[in-house]
Amino acid sequence: MSGPALWSVVGVVIQVLLVVLGAPLLVALMRQVRARLEGRAGAGLGQPWRDLRKQLRKEPIAPDGSTVVFTAAPVVALSSALLIVAAIPLITTTSPLDDVADLYAVVSLLLVGSVAMALAGIDTGSAFGGMGSSRTITVAALAEPTLLVAGFALSVRVGSSNLGSLVEHAQRAPSVVLSPATLLAAAALWIVVVAEAGRLPVDNPATHLELTMIHEATTLEYAGRDLALVELGSAIRLTILLGLWGNLFLPWGVATTVTPGALALGVLVMVVKVAVLGAALGASEVFMAKWRLFRVPELLAGSFLFGVLAVSSSFFLA
Amino acid sequence: MSPGARGHHLRVAWVEWSMSLLGLALLVVAFAAALSVASVGLPSGVRARTSGALTCLIGLAGVAAGASALLGDSLSVAAPGLLPLSSAVLSVDPLAGFFMFVVGGVAIAAGVYSVGYAHPDEDAHDGATLPTGVSSRTVHAALPLFAAAMVMVPAAGNVTTFLVLWEVMALLSLLLVLAEHRARPEVGGAGVWYAAMTHAGLVAILLGLVALATAAGTESFAGMREAGPGLPSGVRTVVFLLVFAGFGSKAGLVPLHVWLPRAHPEAPSYVSALMSAAMVNLGLYGVLRVGFDLLGGGPRWWWVLVLAVGALSALYGVLQASVATDLKRLLAYSTTENLGLIFVGVGAAGMFAADGDSTLAGLLMAAALLHTANHAAFKTVLFLGAGSVLRSTGLRDLDKMGGLARRMPVTTALFGVGALAASGLPPGNGFVSEWLLLQGLIHSLSGEVEPDVVVAIAMPLAVGAVALTAGLGVVTFVKAFGIGFLARPRSPEAMAASEAPGTLRAGMVLAAVGCAVLAVAPLLLVRSLDRVLLTMSPIGQESPVHGAVMLELSGISGSMSPVLIAVSLAGGAALLALVVGRLGRRQPRRTALVWGCGGTRLSPRMEYTATSYAEPLTRVFDDVLRPEHDVDITHHVESRYLVESVRFRQRVPDRVEARLYPPLVAGVNWWASVARRLQNGSTHRYLAYGLIGLLLVLIVLGVTS
Repeated sequence: MSGPALWSVVGVVIQVLLVVLGAPLLVALMRQVRARLEGRAGAGLGQPWRDLRKQLRKEPIAPDGSTVVFTAAPVVALSSALLIVAAIPLITTTSPLDDVADLYAVVSLLLVGSVAMALAGIDTGSAFGGMGSSRTITVAALAEPTLLVAGFALSVRVGSSNLGSLVEHAQRAPSVVLSPATLLAAAALWIVVVAEAGRLPVDNPATHLELTMIHEATTLEYAGRDLALVELGSAIRLTILLGLWGNLFLPWGVATTVTPGALALGVLVMVVKVAVLGAALGASEVFMAKWRLFRVPELLAGSFLFGVLAVSSSFFLA
Repeated sequence: MSPGARGHHLRVAWVEWSMSLLGLALLVVAFAAALSVASVGLPSGVRARTSGALTCLIGLAGVAAGASALLGDSLSVAAPGLLPLSSAVLSVDPLAGFFMFVVGGVAIAAGVYSVGYAHPDEDAHDGATLPTGVSSRTVHAALPLFAAAMVMVPAAGNVTTFLVLWEVMALLSLLLVLAEHRARPEVGGAGVWYAAMTHAGLVAILLGLVALATAAGTESFAGMREAGPGLPSGVRTVVFLLVFAGFGSKAGLVPLHVWLPRAHPEAPSYVSALMSAAMVNLGLYGVLRVGFDLLGGGPRWWWVLVLAVGALSALYGVLQASVATDLKRLLAYSTTENLGLIFVGVGAAGMFAADGDSTLAGLLMAAALLHTANHAAFKTVLFLGAGSVLRSTGLRDLDKMGGLARRMPVTTALFGVGALAASGLPPGNGFVSEWLLLQGLIHSLSGEVEPDVVVAIAMPLAVGAVALTAGLGVVTFVKAFGIGFLARPRSPEAMAASEAPGTLRAGMVLAAVGCAVLAVAPLLLVRSLDRVLLTMSPIGQESPVHGAVMLELSGISGSMSPVLIAVSLAGGAALLALVVGRLGRRQPRRTALVWGCGGTRLSPRMEYTATSYAEPLTRVFDDVLRPEHDVDITHHVESRYLVESVRFRQRVPDRVEARLYPPLVAGVNWWASVARRLQNGSTHRYLAYGLIGLLLVLIVLGVTS
């Protein structure tokens, strides 16, 4: 294998390892920021990993009457998340898998994860599982138009929906980052990131009241190693969403060449970006309450409007 | 032409026919159709097998004919004197071949499936089960004939042949829809709706094609193809609008979709599959044949109209599907949705063709055709799966299903394959064509031709409509699969379900294999679409997609690999399962009661149902759907303050139908009552009509000539 090809493979491996190891830390960071702002000490950065270790040792339980869908869902969800991590430009744009999945394929793969968990929620046969499943999938369905239209706005200037090209183009022409089209797309996608990641004001990841749950209700019945997979999967999903948003709208620092130095810089910049975005998201949640479920579609309709405006402004103001 | 010359011509034609695979396949279709008429006399035990085998044979011949036409073979043959006042002309080009291929594929699966569909005790006439009618002589003979008519419709080479085959297809499908009219009274109503809609459509097509033939001075497609682009634009517009309305009603486009959600649920399931996966595509065929081939494309506003109708159909279809609780009604609305998406692609392709951007036009047309094939494959699996459930449990109502995964594992797995494809998610086959469609739409503003305001406004909205359709499609099929097949049974019928017998499973497996092949190797089909695109003159000349493992777009940048996505997903999942399984080897998975808030065992009645699953969407789209709610509260006899039972019922009627059709039906009724006054039974009056009519004709002739 030639040098650049080898290094691009190394880049992908580093990217996957970084996200898998770092995702629980991101969750911990967001909880910690929130705890400090609320005047609590917080559990520390290592807590999600300690939780995962504990869950891996405990006995998994499947509800009576459930099928293989219930046990396979966490595996499928995590597998789709890992495939996305390997294909998208987080620390480097030179992933050999970059051509395999463009922005639209990545969006569909994210949906695969949601659908797997939604089916698992139904499969439990409990009212809570069905309720969570129905809500998760409704929010995901209504977020879809914004995602695709905002992606359209971003790909107009590049002529491609390939994520690597989008990031590289933005690096080469920094002025587009401040263009109205990009700013509108950024606003639209931020709302979708919040909705897809199940954060406030759409969903409250820390809730313990079943009737208000969206994502958590589908995972209520999981225990042991199944729960570990679910939690790791949703942490990776959050990292993907924040990392992708960060790289699309703040593209600097992502390695476009495959040298060890560029990769190291890419890792560092990625960690900083995701940590800052995560801390900002965590801090903003302190000042917000969860919205009623039926106000969420209004939020998403607003984000769709931003998306359409982004496409039109990329045409009319170009 | 002298009789001798005619005989010679026929003989030459026969020789030509038997030379090529294409001709041979068409002969097999005709032969099998003739046999199916003869099979009426067989005893009932053999008849089902014969009917299924003939349908299957016709399907195989259709696939063979279609494949050879897609590979470049063509055929043109005339049989003068076979039809009154005209000649029967068959001409097969790649465009016809594609549709013959798709229709044939569906017919194979449906034919195999149909063999075991009737209950074995149905012919016993012991009074225990009422014969439903699916094993009557008429139905057995009509099934292969219907398949044969559908295979032959695209092969028609002039207007008369086309209209005759089209009407034969419509009548036979009507006969098949009515198969179970003795068992359920709703079947009759569905039949009336279908008959009215299909004949209204026929009238529109007839008028359009006759107008075109008159203006062109010939009724052969070859002659119209030459004259079509040069006709006055007024004539062309009238022709296009008429055929678009007629073919659109066959394709189930809003607002002419009303027959689908009635006829498809009431027909036997393999007939639903044939109608929903194969017949509706012929509506698309008609639009492509007339719009792109005979008329040679048209002004942009035609295609903006097609795009708008497509987007509206996609959105309305998926919205109704997402709140439907009848599984087969849900699938029927999903057909409207998918045909809507296909027409979005066709409309956008027409727009770009009118603008001269042949790259994008070719890509979008290829996406539309690929989606046609994908939709045919997955809709066949889904309707056949729904039929297996219906046969085993008697249920179409999702609210009463559940728990079928344990009782019908094969059907569940195959329905799952179809549902994955229908929701447009990787690694299903629907994903590939939706991806191509989106690629075509998003490159509209950065293509080789400078976009204008219409494109700049239409394309973002089209992307939004496709995206919302895709999102709601996911909800629809998560609901159909999850509520229908997973969790615990919600009724005694679902509890008593048992797996479908062998031929039913075989039919579903065939269709599911079609889905899988299209999902991992879409390029096999996309490559052969190049020749289809060449038959539509305004579309590009180069192949829109190339590559082997990677799907790469030509002329614009974009790539994706369905194979690698499928392999990495499956490989990743297997690896994770292995690792986690090894980590927890000492901890086997335990089955326990589902958590019930501190003790009580949850009964299946407490599960989410299809109605409750779609409740958030029903609320969000309240203004469009306008659901009707009934809440009945029964109070205790002793006290008004105690409630004995609460009954909640929700109906979501079709608002388009409720708004548009009653005035139309009332108008037709009024016209009929006016017309009745002309007809009071008096012979004198009829003689007077005849005289006046003759005089008018003579006057008109005298004035005009």
